[in-house]
Amino acid sequence: MGYFLQQLINGLTLGMIYGLIAIGYTMVYGIIGMINFAHGEIFMISAFISIIAFLVLGLLGMGWVPLALLLILVTTMLLTSVYGWALERVAYRPLRGSPRLAALITAIGMSIFLQNYVQLLQGARIKPLQPVISGGFRFLTESDFSVNLSYLQIFIIVLTICLMLGFTALINRTALGRAQRACEQDLGMAALVGIDVDRTISLTFVMGAALASVAGLMFLLNYGVIDFYIGFLAGIKAFTAAVLGGIGSLPGAMLGGLLIGLIEAFWSAYFTVEYKDVAVFSIMILVLIFRPTGLLGKPDIEKV
Amino acid sequence: MAVASDAVTAPRPLDPAYVLKEAGAVAAIVFALSISLVGLKTEDVPGGITVVTRFGAVAIVTVIAFFGRLGLILLREGRPFPVLVTALPFALALFALLLWDQLFAPEIGLRRFLPFGDMIINWLLAIFAAILAGRAAWTFRHEPRQQSAEKREKKMDRVAARVQRAARVVGPLLLGCAIILPFLPIADRRLLDIGILVMTYVMLGWGLNVVVGLAGLLDLGYVAFYAVGAYSYALLATHFDLGFWICLPFAGIMAAFAGILLGFPVLRLRGDYLAIVTLGFGEMVRIILLNWYDFTNGPDGISGIPRPSFFGLPFVRNPPEGTETFHSFFGLSYSPIDRIIFLYYVILLLALATNAFTLRIRKLPVSRAWEALREDETACRSLGINPRNTKLTAFAIGAMFGGFGGSFFATRQGFISPESFTFIESAIILAIVVLGGMGSQIGVVFAAILLIGLPEFFRELQQYRMLAFGATMVTIMIWRPRGLLAHREPTIHLSDEKTPTSHSR
Repeated sequence: MGYFLQQLINGLTLGMIYGLIAIGYTMVYGIIGMINFAHGEIFMISAFISIIAFLVLGLLGMGWVPLALLLILVTTMLLTSVYGWALERVAYRPLRGSPRLAALITAIGMSIFLQNYVQLLQGARIKPLQPVISGGFRFLTESDFSVNLSYLQIFIIVLTICLMLGFTALINRTALGRAQRACEQDLGMAALVGIDVDRTISLTFVMGAALASVAGLMFLLNYGVIDFYIGFLAGIKAFTAAVLGGIGSLPGAMLGGLLIGLIEAFWSAYFTVEYKDVAVFSIMILVLIFRPTGLLGKPDIEKV
Repeated sequence: MAVASDAVTAPRPLDPAYVLKEAGAVAAIVFALSISLVGLKTEDVPGGITVVTRFGAVAIVTVIAFFGRLGLILLREGRPFPVLVTALPFALALFALLLWDQLFAPEIGLRRFLPFGDMIINWLLAIFAAILAGRAAWTFRHEPRQQSAEKREKKMDRVAARVQRAARVVGPLLLGCAIILPFLPIADRRLLDIGILVMTYVMLGWGLNVVVGLAGLLDLGYVAFYAVGAYSYALLATHFDLGFWICLPFAGIMAAFAGILLGFPVLRLRGDYLAIVTLGFGEMVRIILLNWYDFTNGPDGISGIPRPSFFGLPFVRNPPEGTETFHSFFGLSYSPIDRIIFLYYVILLLALATNAFTLRIRKLPVSRAWEALREDETACRSLGINPRNTKLTAFAIGAMFGGFGGSFFATRQGFISPESFTFIESAIILAIVVLGGMGSQIGVVFAAILLIGLPEFFRELQQYRMLAFGATMVTIMIWRPRGLLAHREPTIHLSDEKTPTSHSR
C-alpha cells in the first residue's frame, strides 16, 4: 500500500511536468495544425537557463530559497519565451500555407539545430545541480519503508495547479484567450473579424514556451542533472500525452500528461525500468488505433 | 531575422525613427536570446559546476544584429549606397585579417582584432558581410524588382524541371564518374570511404522514397528497418556462419516483415500522426535492441561480423591454410584498399538495384496506386483501390531496402551497436528525401552529396556539422518548401486548365 502510494506521488509529479510541456504541443497543433517538433528543445533550453540562473544567484550569494526560486522562475519564463517567439518567427511563419511536410521537416531541423546550439555553447557533459529544496513529510511508516512526500514534490504540484488555474483563466476570460480560441476554430475567419492572426500565433508559441520553461525548471529540480539531449525524449512523451488527452484540448493535455507520468512510474515500479519508454510508446500507438481523437478530443471530420 | 519582405520599387522617404525601432527590436531580441546561453557558460570544476561569462560575444552579436538588420532594411527601401560603403570595407578587412591569420603566423597577434574567438564564426560573419555588400552592389545596378514568392517558386520550378530533364544526361555521367572513381589517381582510402557513406545514404534515400515520395506515408522510424537488417545479418553471420550474400536476402525479408508489422497498426493514421507513431516504433526497436541482452548483446553490440567475400574469395593478408584469397587468385600483391574498393562496388550495385527497382515499379499498377493514395485516400477507396494492401506493400518494399542497407552497414563496419540506430539517422534519411524533392531520384543523390559528402570533407568543422545540418534543413525548406528539385510533370494535360493545385498533405 505504501509502495503504491509512493509511486502514485512520483507519477503525479512526473505527470505534471509532462502535462506542462504537452500544453505547448496541443495549443500549437490546435491553432496551426503542425507538430512543433522543436518544443522539446525549448523545454531543454529552459532547463539550461534555469541552471545558469541558479549558478549566477549562487555566485551572487543569494541565500533565501523562495525569493531565489521566484526570480529564477520569472527569468526563465521570460528568456525561454523569447526563444519560443523567435522559433515561430524564423522557422515557422515563412512556411505558413506550405505543405504540412515542409513545416514538420523545418521543425525537425530546428530541433537538431537547437540541440547542437546548446551543446556547442554549454558543452556536452551532463550538468549537475545541488538539491535546492530538500526534506519532506514521511508517513505510513512500515518496518523498512515509508512514503515520502518531499517539499519539492509539493512545490511542483502546487505550482502546476496554480499555473493551470491562471492559464485557464487566461484562455477563457481575456481578449487574448478569445482571439486564441477563435484562431483555433478558423484562422481565415478570425482574420476577417479583425483578429491579428500573426500576433495570436506568436503569443501561442510564447505561452507554450513559458509553460514548458516551468516544466524545465521543475525537471532540473526533480532530477538534478540535465544535458542537451533531454528535450528529445521529454518532448516525445509530452507529445504522446497531448495525443492521449486529445490533441487540441487543454484539459486533455494535462490529463494525458498525468496518465503518462503514472504509467511510467508504475511500469518502472512493478515491471521493468528499461522498458518504460516502450510502454509509453505502445500506449500512444494503442490510443491512436482505437481512439484517434484521444480521451477528451473532438472527432475530426475530414471533408473531401 | 533575415526574412526579406517584398522589395519596393521606388525609394521612399525613410522614417529614421521607424528604421531604428525595427533594427533596435531585432538587436534586443538577439540580446535576449544570447544573454543566457551565449553570455554565461557552465563549466565543470572539481566538486560541481560554475559559470564563466562571455559577455563580449553577446555585445558583438547584438551589435552585428543591429547593423545587419539596418543594412537589410536599407536594401529593402532601395538605398544601397550606405550599405555598400560600410559592408564592403568591413568584409574586406575581415577577410584580410582571416587570411593573414591562416597564411602567416597567428602569433603576430592580429587575432585580437577579430570579433570572435572562433575562426569559423569569423568566416561566417565575413561571408555574411560580403553577401550584404554583393546585394547592395546588385541593387545599384538593377532596380529592385518586385518578385513575389509565387514567381520565385515558378522560376525555381523551371530550374528543377530543367535539372530533371538534364538528369538523363547527368545521371549516366554521375554513374560513369562513380564507376571509374576507384581507379582515378585522387581516389585514396578517405575519398572511397566518403563515397561508400554517401552511396549508403543514397540507397537508403531511394528506399525511403518509395514510402515517403511515392506512397506519401511520412516515416520517421526508417532507421528501425536499417537496424533490423543490420542485426539480421550480424546475428545470422555470427551464429550460423553464413556469408554476406546468403544473408542479404534474409535481411531484406526480415526488414520487410518488420515493415508489415509496423504497417498494420498505423494503417488508419495520416500525416503527422503517422510520423510520430513511426518515430515511436523506431525508438522502441532501439530500446529493445539495447535491453534484450541475451539476444542482441545489448549496448556492447555485436563485433566480429564477417566481411563480404568476392565469390568466396576473402580479402585477407594471411589466409588460413588451404583457402585461396582474392589477391592470390588474381595473382596480385595484397593491398588493404582492395577490400574498400570491393565494398564500394557492392554498395554501388545495391544502390543501382534500388534505383532500377524503383524506376520500374513506378510503371506498375501498384506504384500508380501508391501515388493515387498519396494524393487522395478517400478518392482511392471509392475507386476500388485497397488502401490496406497498397500501404503495406509500400512499407514492406521501403523497409526491404532499408534492410539491405543495414546489412551492408553491418558488413562494412564489422561492429554494430544500438547507438548507430538513433532517431537522428531517420531524420537524416528523411531530410535527404525531402530536401531533394520528394519522388525525385536525382534529387536524392544531390541531397546526399550535399548533406553527407560535404560535411565529411570538412572534418575539422566536426563540431559544427550537425548545427549546419539543422540550419540547412530549415533554410532549404523555407526557400523551397517542396524540396530542391521537386517538380512533377503532369502525365495528362487538360486544355488550358490552371496548374493542378497540389493537395495539402
